[in-house]
Amino acid sequence: MAEKTKLKGAPGEGDATAATAGAGASEFARGEELPRAQSPARQFLKKFLRRKTAVAGFVFIVLMLVIAVIGPSVVPYDPNQYDYSALLSGPTAAHIWGTDEFGRDVFSRLVAGTQLSLGTALTASVIGTAAGVVFGLIAGFCGGLVDAFIMRVCDVMFAFPGILLAIAVVAIIGPGLTNVMIGVAVFTVPSFARIIRGAVLEVRSELYVEAARSVGCSSRRIMFVHILPGTMQALIVNFTMNVGGAILSASSLSFLGFGASVTQPEWGAMLSQSRNYLATAPHLVLFPGLLIFLTVLAFNLFGDGLRDTLDPKLN
Amino acid sequence: MQDALLEVRDLKVEFKRDRKSWITAVRGVSFSIHAGEIVGLVGESGCGKSVTSLAVMRLLSKATSRTSGSVVMDGRSILELSDREMRDARGNDFSMIFQEPMSSLNPIMRVGDQLAEALRLHNDLSREEIHARSVEALRLVGIPEPEVTLRNYPHELSGGMCQRVMIAMAMSCEPKLLIADEPTTALDVTIQAQILALMERIRAERNTGILLITHDLGVVAETCSRVIVMYAGGIVEEAPVEELFERPRHPYTKGLIASVPRLGRRVHRLPSIPGSVPDLAAMPAGCRFAPRCPMARPACEAKVPALVQVGEGHRCACPYAAAGASVEYAAGIGGLADGAGAADATAAASGATGDVSAQDAKGVPTHE
Amino acid sequence: MGRYFLKRMLSMIPLFFVISIVVFLFIHLIPGDAARMIAGKNATGGDIELIRQQLGLDKPLLRQYLDYMGGLFTGNLGMSYKNSQTVWSLLVPRFPITIYLTICSITWSALIGIFLGVVSAINRGKALDLVGMVVAISGLSIPSFWLGLELMQLFSVALGWLPTGGVDDWRGYIMPSLAMGAGIMAILARVTRSSMIENLGKDYIRTARAKGLPESKVIMRHAFKNSSIDVVTVAALQIGALIAGSVVIETVFSIPGMGRLLVDSINYRDYQVVQALIMFFSLEYMVINLLADVLYGVINPRVRFD
Repeated sequence: MAEKTKLKGAPGEGDATAATAGAGASEFARGEELPRAQSPARQFLKKFLRRKTAVAGFVFIVLMLVIAVIGPSVVPYDPNQYDYSALLSGPTAAHIWGTDEFGRDVFSRLVAGTQLSLGTALTASVIGTAAGVVFGLIAGFCGGLVDAFIMRVCDVMFAFPGILLAIAVVAIIGPGLTNVMIGVAVFTVPSFARIIRGAVLEVRSELYVEAARSVGCSSRRIMFVHILPGTMQALIVNFTMNVGGAILSASSLSFLGFGASVTQPEWGAMLSQSRNYLATAPHLVLFPGLLIFLTVLAFNLFGDGLRDTLDPKLN
Repeated sequence: MQDALLEVRDLKVEFKRDRKSWITAVRGVSFSIHAGEIVGLVGESGCGKSVTSLAVMRLLSKATSRTSGSVVMDGRSILELSDREMRDARGNDFSMIFQEPMSSLNPIMRVGDQLAEALRLHNDLSREEIHARSVEALRLVGIPEPEVTLRNYPHELSGGMCQRVMIAMAMSCEPKLLIADEPTTALDVTIQAQILALMERIRAERNTGILLITHDLGVVAETCSRVIVMYAGGIVEEAPVEELFERPRHPYTKGLIASVPRLGRRVHRLPSIPGSVPDLAAMPAGCRFAPRCPMARPACEAKVPALVQVGEGHRCACPYAAAGASVEYAAGIGGLADGAGAADATAAASGATGDVSAQDAKGVPTHE
Repeated sequence: MGRYFLKRMLSMIPLFFVISIVVFLFIHLIPGDAARMIAGKNATGGDIELIRQQLGLDKPLLRQYLDYMGGLFTGNLGMSYKNSQTVWSLLVPRFPITIYLTICSITWSALIGIFLGVVSAINRGKALDLVGMVVAISGLSIPSFWLGLELMQLFSVALGWLPTGGVDDWRGYIMPSLAMGAGIMAILARVTRSSMIENLGKDYIRTARAKGLPESKVIMRHAFKNSSIDVVTVAALQIGALIAGSVVIETVFSIPGMGRLLVDSINYRDYQVVQALIMFFSLEYMVINLLADVLYGVINPRVRFD
């Protein structure tokens, strides 16, 4: 980066800084010759659009969201309609992704299930992130004992690695899609609390917060007007990445039988049944798994692109 | 005069800007260095002095830069060597030390291992011999307890000590030429003097040729026998050190010297050169200094002036320059500040050393 | 070095106690009455009371905790209701299987992940980099159970090379460890790449080149050694996810390990077993973190001297 700045090195730039430092006032006029800076949003868009994989990820996510909303009303078959004349049929013209052991149309089930799978992961991420942000803000902003307490709690939560925490939560409160959602949300909390706390500590040490303090802003005002926007980039990037992880966790739990019931067309739950038909109906494994894979991939690609665009130093 | 140790002719370095276009960072640079002399290379940030030295060492990334011209070291054409031959020469025939001694040493390797690496690479030595040579190398640079230092990690040493280790490392294979890129910029003033004295001693004892890159005219006056002044990627003046300070010819050199504060001469405002270094991408067609030059005339903007002999070992790239003719620069601080910004302005305002620019080595893309 | 190791060990002790309390409380966090849940719908009041006594739930909470901790150190982890066996005797034969599976996964994923990362970093922006990063982001996005099922479909069903499940011999570990390690392989590749790119731009790399070192040594001895610090840090954090991943993979491949036992025990509401297993997994994670800390200290001299 330093290289680019140097090579491009608009002549006016340095002068402007020098001028603010109280040097040659005559140089000040040169600042006006600078080309007008683009708005941050446009700059972001321009940079982001250059990353083709990230754009592809974004398009796929939008497509999946649309399917999640309108899916259940446009499917060719009722996702729960049994058809004993076409059990375990491979992909045909009538059933493009085949049928399962009850003759249910896999394509219809996947389309209808998008709402369940994506909804579970997104809701879990939103709840977990929101709670994590609140705890992280409190920890970072209050410091001292409060900070130490929240961080130790996070440490303990981290000691139950990966989806184990979610599994433990489900073990306590029982199976079901809602409980899976709670479990996934719980294990999202500590990582976000840490990220946000770190960002708060960084932002807090920066000058503008000092300035706000010195003019007598209230703590809450400082927190929401000055600190939260400063952590926004880290938040957006990590949220996007987290959704991908949440889809994986939630579908894993459903696959294990802790989540959606067998009748629900949740993607992970569909896979858990398909295992028995590996030899006779490989399409039952292929399509749900591929869909999970592509959706998670889309979120990861989009997240990578966001990270590279928003904060090149994170790369 | 004997043959030059290093002979650079018409060096041109370009950096890749995007897929198609290249930016010229250094052009038409020619100079030579003889054994046993210290040559100063001075100029503002981004004038190409670090790029020149990295190009000579062939340490610039081939993927992002290209170098043309000729660099002859001890009769061998450097730019035509194979990568292998080049590696053998590096650290052996000529070596280099850098601006940031702390970060220039590998943080997780013991000093001794880093020293031994170069020795083992270029010599066929036993363990004991390497150890003995390492101790000797550290002793040469004035490290009091070499045995202890060899076992230290860089973070256990001070900046001055690190730079001594760097010099010991660079000198361990007894190179004929040492390129020192701002070796004292990151150090305290007292340590600076010690390091400069050390370089002078090495020159005297080993007859090493040294290219000392700096933006500090004070350092130049103290250490060098000859000075090359660079501006915007080219040489504007070259002269023996007394000649340059007493009879500078190029308006830029005159401006540089005038802007150095001197002890015992109280002025409220130092004279400064107005404007800043031109953008590499938008270089003036003629004399690159013309836009800032108080004596510029229309002819200056037409053609790049050639570097011509104007006296004994004195070359200057300004046809209108004459010794003694005064160049008027308005008093005012900050005119010398360039892209590096406020740091320069403050440095120029407060520094008794006469900083021409802030540290400029950072922005140079090196070999990846 | 010894002091550093000791300090890390000691710092684990309070965490261990807090975790033991949390895991102990687990059985009390179950909404309603744990004993009633275990006994099932048709149980009589007497049955429930019996179970409550067996679990020690009728004693004061502190006493229960002390009993529990005592059991933890003596190997007395209670009874499994489903199997009428002690929990300990259930765990012992399963323990080596899960550990072996985990070690296999870590080994291959670290080797491949680091290799991919280094190759990508030194070929930054070229085709090889792209290939490496496509593999990495795919590994990051693929559901391990699906990868497992597809591997099974290919190598067991279609080609008949490997067993579909179980771990009767070493061949049984191949596909499970592949599926289990894909995610961490991807993460390690990404971390290695970005850390290598960062380190290759450092000043000491320029020094190493100025010495005349061949590029291979510049990369391995200087850049990679420094990057390995980052890699170890991230690996330690990710191995937790890997351990948890064994729960899913053991279910896919019907491997009689700790993970499979956890799923079964949750389904049977065999809470004593669940409790022991959760304790086991978090202990395993703590031990691995400790090992990673030690390794970190070995690589990074700056830590040792603090």
